[in-house]
Amino acid sequence: MSDFTFWTILSNLLLSARWTVLLSLIAFVSGGTVGLLLLFLRVSKRPWLSWPVKLYIEFFQGTPLLLQLFICFFGFSLIGVEVSAWVAAWIALTLFTSAFLAEIWRGCVESIPKGQWEASASLAMSFVERMRHVILPQAARIAVAPTVGFSVQVVKGTALASIIGFVEVTKAGTMLNNATFRPFLVFSLVALIYFALCYPLSWFSKRLERKFNAAH
Amino acid sequence: MPLIDIHDVRKNFGALEVLKGVSIDVEKGDVVAIIGRSGSGKSTLLRCVNGLETYDSGVISVEGVRVHDQEDKLRELRRKVGMVFQQFNLFPHLTAGENVMLAPKVVNGLSRAEVRELAQASLARVGLAEKFGSYPSQLSGGQQQRVAIARALSMQPKVLLCDEITSALDPELVNEVLKVVESLARDGMTLILVTHEMRFARDVGSKLVFMHQGRVHEEGMPRQLFAKPVTPELAQFIQAIH
Amino acid sequence: MNYQLQFAELLPYWDVILKGLWFTIWLTVVSTTAGIALGTAGASARTWGPKWMDNLVGAYVELIRNTPFIVQLFFVFFGLPSLGIKLSETQAAILALVINLGAYSTEIIRAGIEAVPRGHVEAGLSLAMSRMQILRHVVLKQAFMKVYPALCSQIIIVMLGSSVVSQISAEELTFAGNFVQSRSFRAFEIYFVVAFLYLALAVSVRALLRAIGHYAFPRP
Repeated sequence: MSDFTFWTILSNLLLSARWTVLLSLIAFVSGGTVGLLLLFLRVSKRPWLSWPVKLYIEFFQGTPLLLQLFICFFGFSLIGVEVSAWVAAWIALTLFTSAFLAEIWRGCVESIPKGQWEASASLAMSFVERMRHVILPQAARIAVAPTVGFSVQVVKGTALASIIGFVEVTKAGTMLNNATFRPFLVFSLVALIYFALCYPLSWFSKRLERKFNAAH
Repeated sequence: MPLIDIHDVRKNFGALEVLKGVSIDVEKGDVVAIIGRSGSGKSTLLRCVNGLETYDSGVISVEGVRVHDQEDKLRELRRKVGMVFQQFNLFPHLTAGENVMLAPKVVNGLSRAEVRELAQASLARVGLAEKFGSYPSQLSGGQQQRVAIARALSMQPKVLLCDEITSALDPELVNEVLKVVESLARDGMTLILVTHEMRFARDVGSKLVFMHQGRVHEEGMPRQLFAKPVTPELAQFIQAIH
Repeated sequence: MNYQLQFAELLPYWDVILKGLWFTIWLTVVSTTAGIALGTAGASARTWGPKWMDNLVGAYVELIRNTPFIVQLFFVFFGLPSLGIKLSETQAAILALVINLGAYSTEIIRAGIEAVPRGHVEAGLSLAMSRMQILRHVVLKQAFMKVYPALCSQIIIVMLGSSVVSQISAEELTFAGNFVQSRSFRAFEIYFVVAFLYLALAVSVRALLRAIGHYAFPRP
């Protein structure tokens, strides 16, 4: 039963943590990219562009991430495509991240005074140009802190990917628990690993927030 | 024995010496007006009397009891010493009546009916009986301050400390508050006011204390001090105010 | 593509789904009540208690906020028995949810408490009120009014997060979904329906909380 020493358990977990980190990074980047696109659509003045995005965001913010993972995973087999847990998790997390980031960024954009929009419009800039050269650079400054803060949610979200079969650190923990029957130790270590990943991000986000408020 | 005995009080804020040995006697029924420039330490001194600030050396006693920094002793003190603040500090989530009723109910354990009667009387005393059910946000600054006075009075203190209670008011609202304080003085309430209202200090005050750079610079009858200031600092101060 | 969506095949299981829905609602109510009570205690301890208490509660908050809920759940359900504490699925689910919401609401309520102007506290002190009395009658009510929207958001988040307790076989809505999926093999349909039930719940709870807010915190 216990030819698993402490070090075996720990090294196993740390190796699986690679996948946690990888999935988090990739999902965050792709989620951010999609989120940026959604942002443009959401703040557009044309209702037929912003409304679908509003509904999309409502859906992803109003349903559990676990179910989004399930729907994604089973949805693919629906249309006959075989996807691994990895891909399903990546896509689900991307969509989830995109919705939340788009909403966070929308808040930042809307906090930019109306005068900035009007000034750039009167300089004959198109909507995209206004966003790109005037609004976004200013909004980006405000957005850094909450965006970093959200990255913590993404890392924690990867833990649910274990349920659709993706082997990251939580799944490794479950398997090790079944093998060693040392749940207290195993899950403590799993928690510690997540803490080591998330706490620096949380701390950094708080620092950024303070720095930004101080600048005011 | 004076009601309040302040003897050689000193206080430091870090390296800054804010009170440099202040001594004042307050007898029952006195109306003491403390005047001086900002930074002279007058508000700090006032806040030491009810324990909102601590002092480093010297003695402050109320009715012979030393002002301590122990929580339960402070509570006993604060039953006898009331305070009205510059910023009113009314509780925004309670109506005027509820503001006045809160402390007697919670601290003195009076029944709901008793505190209600008391509160209605207090508010009538300051001329705001009809505002019993109004929230602070629905009242003018002058009305809010009068409610604050009623609230302080609800604990039936022996002394009322007033910390620049008209400084945050629009000029046309100052009078209604001063009138209430004047009527309290006429009824024999012991008052210590930190104030910039010179006319009030001269007409209603029984003792004037001029503080300058953490010390009592001059002390005496208000009319006398205003007419014949002894020190150049007080003379300058009076000039600047007028 | 030779697959057709067959929502009708879910109909025989409507009672299972309803039971799960009800259980989710019950779980949410219980853990919200206890979680916010815990958060109030935590926030009060952090702002008005001794420094060591502030640090202790702070450590608890950071631990919970920086680890996934599922790991906390597994720790409670699988880890505690090895210390001799045996819990049923429901008990473990509630405990984990309460610990989780407790941490988040501690921070939310703490922000509310710190936003109450110092002058109000001094007014309370000058009226000879004790710290406990000031906390109860002056500070907390104002703090809650201020952070009520944030608290409501967190309640919704916890309600959605409760879907995770299906993994320890607590028989709430997601578990019901898994059950139906394993019997009917209509995975996509059932999870879609369940997702929308959560969405409907979220919308309803938000509206309900808003109504409670109007009633409890009347603004003149």
